[in-house]
Amino acid sequence: MLSIKNLKASVDGKEILRGLDLEVKAGEVHAIMGPNGSGKSTLAHVLAGRDGYEVTEGAVQLDGEDLVGLTPEERAHRGVFLAMQYPVELPGVNNSLFLRTALNAIRKARGEPDLDAVAFLRLMREKLKLVNLREDLLKRAVNAGFSGGEKKRNEIFQMALLEPRLAILDETDSGLDIDALRVVADGVNALRSPDRAMIVVTHYQRLLDYIEPDFVHVLAGGRILRSGDKSLALELEDKGYGWITGEAA
Amino acid sequence: MATSNAVVHDLVQRGYEHGFVTAIEQDTLPPGLSEDTVRAISARKGEPEWMLDWRLKAYRHWLSMEEPAWSSVHYPKIDYQAISYYAAPRTKDAPKSLDEIDPELLRTYEKLGIPLEEQKALSGIAVDAVFDSVSVATTFREKLAEAGVIFCSMSEAVREHPELVQRYLGSVVPHTDNFFAALNSAVFSDGTFVYVPAGVRCPMELSTYFRINAAKTGQFERTLIVAEAGAYVSYLEGCTAPQRDENQLHAAVVELVALDDAQIKYSTVQNWYPGDAQGRGGIYNFVTKRGDCRGARSKISWTQVETGSAITWKYPSCILRGDGSVGEFYSVALTKGRQQADTGTKMIHIGRDTRSTIVSKGISAGEGKNAYRGLVRIAQRAENARNHTQCDSLLLGDRCAAHTFPYVEVKNPSAQVEHEATTSKISEDQLFYCRSRGLSAEDAVGMIVNGFCREVFQELPMEFAVEAQKLLTLSLEGTVG
Repeated sequence: MLSIKNLKASVDGKEILRGLDLEVKAGEVHAIMGPNGSGKSTLAHVLAGRDGYEVTEGAVQLDGEDLVGLTPEERAHRGVFLAMQYPVELPGVNNSLFLRTALNAIRKARGEPDLDAVAFLRLMREKLKLVNLREDLLKRAVNAGFSGGEKKRNEIFQMALLEPRLAILDETDSGLDIDALRVVADGVNALRSPDRAMIVVTHYQRLLDYIEPDFVHVLAGGRILRSGDKSLALELEDKGYGWITGEAA
Repeated sequence: MATSNAVVHDLVQRGYEHGFVTAIEQDTLPPGLSEDTVRAISARKGEPEWMLDWRLKAYRHWLSMEEPAWSSVHYPKIDYQAISYYAAPRTKDAPKSLDEIDPELLRTYEKLGIPLEEQKALSGIAVDAVFDSVSVATTFREKLAEAGVIFCSMSEAVREHPELVQRYLGSVVPHTDNFFAALNSAVFSDGTFVYVPAGVRCPMELSTYFRINAAKTGQFERTLIVAEAGAYVSYLEGCTAPQRDENQLHAAVVELVALDDAQIKYSTVQNWYPGDAQGRGGIYNFVTKRGDCRGARSKISWTQVETGSAITWKYPSCILRGDGSVGEFYSVALTKGRQQADTGTKMIHIGRDTRSTIVSKGISAGEGKNAYRGLVRIAQRAENARNHTQCDSLLLGDRCAAHTFPYVEVKNPSAQVEHEATTSKISEDQLFYCRSRGLSAEDAVGMIVNGFCREVFQELPMEFAVEAQKLLTLSLEGTVG
């Protein structure tokens, strides 16, 4: 479903990704691990199409269609979703209005009719349960005054609502205590499905205790140095990244 | 930032949808201003002697005044002799019902989304339609009269309710107040008069729709709203003008009087023609608006959404004279292209336990310039006065400007005055966040800007809040891309 071939990408003229290959099939969950500065977040942002992340070489295809050159919203319309490490606040922008506008923009791009207010409310209520968020959060401004845990849960809630084809979770575990982590992981697990792929970007093995990946990849120096099953994550936990990257642990 | 700037840039390049001209036969005074002009206007309107005398006194005073130059707005010197001070659709007699109004006029208002036929009108809103210098129609008058509410054109009020007009006209903004108020007092041609008797809650929203149509004409309207003890009224004004290469002057005066326990809510959605992207044409909107909380526990609330005009220069103010009176000012001012705005408010605390709230949201895009200028004055006898001011500026792009000039004068030590101010830009993070959820850049900016203005939109009557949001989004289209 997602095919990345020899991907090279720069930020501010500095090459961060240096020939990355990755194949992700529908239904699979891939974990991308790696030390700080290895290019994990860059990969997440390149996939979502953020400005300033320049692809200099290689190809990224989703369901056979080239993603490079598409705007972030065009990618969203095709089913790409990025759960952000630092979800931004949108003061004064009502959460449910924001989500309804987003969902209808995606539906419109797909030639589907708008969801009316009643149908949308029903859908929201159903998805809220998934991440254990209170309904009054929907009446508030997007992420404004949310706790760290609420912001992350809100990301997963958005993901549940927008039903992406490819979900990328960028350091979703950062800043979460163990209870919040469990709620977020439960939400993510509930969204695993045979026609959805997920890429979980994380620094720590901890998250993978709750979201069990099919594959684990170690990213360092802008390339995937090793791939394996979930046992690789446990090995990393044990030995540190230096064992793979060749640096002192 | 490259993209968000480009986005903002495109949002600014957008047409003005109310720019059409109505082809209609008009009775217009030739350009020029003299005592004869003042007499001619007064004669055209069949005014009594006292009204003419009042105008002449104002005109003579105006001659002794200098045009003020202290604001941050810049414009070429206005030639007051090149303006026509009176333009009215030609009719035999004053129309007695809508059937007698030129259908072209009805169509004009229909096109602007303001149907004047009562059966078509928005339910619960009575409209006074001012076309160039005169009021052409006022709807729902009978229904309002049942409640004792007077809602009519200023010309009619002068004829039908001279005692009220004489008592209140100029009592809040005297003809000596400032250059433009003096000019208005001399040549005002029409406007709206509202009188709500004691204890009456006005059963409908009242609204005046101002339209400038004629070329080379100034619009000088005068609005007077009086709420007797315990009365309540909510009033809204909207304004549009055709697209023209020349600048046109709009110098209005609005006076509000609230007696004991009365409340007046005054909302403005101003969408005069702003001029083109190069700054050609557009309305000079130089307006004096002031409310007098004359009675104890009275309340006056100004809400304005200013998206049009080449230059907006106005400070809707409250004189908090009555003990326990309350003044509010909620403002959104958007400048794009070469638009300039110097706007804000004055809260003059005189009575004890008076309170005021100021929320100002300035949005600058393109090469727009936006200034908040405000005065909070606590007089010596104003025990326990309180003010809270919040003043936020949002910059779209890197060629626009925002300024804040807050003045605070406190003469009573028990006063509590708070001032908060922020300046922000739409961040790349915010834009990316919205786009990654499927919103176009344009929708994202519209949504973020509307969010920024939320506290002000909440103050507008429901139907107009929706209109204001649409207007803001429309005004922004072309600033982003």
